[in-house]
Amino acid sequence: MQTPSHDSKRILRPARPWFIALSLFIALLLGMSPTRQWPFMPDWVMLTLCFWNVREGRTMRMKSAFFLGIIMDVADGAALGQHALAYVLASYTASSISRRMLWLPLAQQMLLMLPIFLVFTALQIFIRLMAGENFPGWESFISPFVTALLWPPVSLLLLLPQYQPEERDENRPIL
Amino acid sequence: MLSFYVALSAALFVLDMRFHALEFLRQGVSVIADPLQYAAQTPLRLAEEGHAYLRALEEAEEEIERLKAGQLAIAPEFNRLRQLQAENAELRALLALNQRESVSGQAANVLRSARDPFARRVYVDKGMQDGIVAGQPVIDDKGVVGQITRVFPFSAELTLLTDKNLAVPVQIQRTGQRSVAFGLGDGQMELRYMPTSADIVVGDLLHTSGLDEVYPSGFQVAKVTLVTRDIANSFASIIAEPLASVETRSAVIILNVHKTLQHPAEEETPGPPSRSRRKR
Repeated sequence: MQTPSHDSKRILRPARPWFIALSLFIALLLGMSPTRQWPFMPDWVMLTLCFWNVREGRTMRMKSAFFLGIIMDVADGAALGQHALAYVLASYTASSISRRMLWLPLAQQMLLMLPIFLVFTALQIFIRLMAGENFPGWESFISPFVTALLWPPVSLLLLLPQYQPEERDENRPIL
Repeated sequence: MLSFYVALSAALFVLDMRFHALEFLRQGVSVIADPLQYAAQTPLRLAEEGHAYLRALEEAEEEIERLKAGQLAIAPEFNRLRQLQAENAELRALLALNQRESVSGQAANVLRSARDPFARRVYVDKGMQDGIVAGQPVIDDKGVVGQITRVFPFSAELTLLTDKNLAVPVQIQRTGQRSVAFGLGDGQMELRYMPTSADIVVGDLLHTSGLDEVYPSGFQVAKVTLVTRDIANSFASIIAEPLASVETRSAVIILNVHKTLQHPAEEETPGPPSRSRRKR
């Protein structure tokens, strides 16, 4: 499978709103799983939010990033607004570079996303330091790299339901 | 739109951190977030429980034997303890000292630890519904574990002794000297502001002094593991390790001390030594 281009034989349909909501919900559940021991766990919510903002920037609202952030703050026992701020800014950045990004192959998209994940993870750590917490150690900077590495597989997975063949065969209901 | 949400986040952050004014919002959101989090942790918990169940069957029998033997071993001491308690009460009455407040508590299970690597905090399965209030001390079978810091409708946040923001007033068992133990955030505690000449050695036990009227006096807290006396500093650097299995336990007791919490300013237990001196 490859990213949609002019020589592809498939049509990329707009994503269904319920599918976007479902994927964000699953990301939220993944984000809440007990992964405190492993600093290398990716930030699933940020990844999924950025993906939909790149793909469907016009339909995504910043509201969803904000409320997902608040829920993550409460789940983490973090300062209210810490995740919310990072997610809102990451969504905005992702949707603003989306036109430049969508031309590129997935590997290069991944490289473009890496600084976004890095900067906003650093922002969260900075907010924690301002709140008077200890520095969590450099290993928490592994997480944004893992998040970026997950960009290609997650993109392919989340694009899958939108692909449709050019000629639809009525006798074959599944794609 | 962007600036609106950024400003809103920043405002929330300031209100929460500086003024602690958003507990109601946190409690409201936790009604949604708690079940989600419970669901998210279910797969791992089931796997752990299945594994633990198989092992537990084998271990349970051994443990029963061991506990029976242990109970037999402490029986003589326990019998004498009753008598000592009565004697102590009598002596205290003679000295016109305040009776030590008797403590009761309710058992709670640890649900999960905060996902956040910054925090030494866990969540327990008792909340507002069970009459828990913020500030209640928490112990386990070996000693003090920490303190309830936030209460949600069905759960409560327990800040562990080792958290950077927690301090416990303690007394050195051997000498009776009072001090305050601060969490270090890495599984250890520190006694700050102890002069380099202080009489303290590795292995000294610390128990709560009861001076803050949050922790009842006499509960074991920690054991001193390192004492460094550097002439360059005016204070000795003293590291202690909590006795309770602070970072790994699964069942704890939340102590009820509502009485002392509600009337902190009254003439409750201002430290036995000063009292007795005045009376003599």
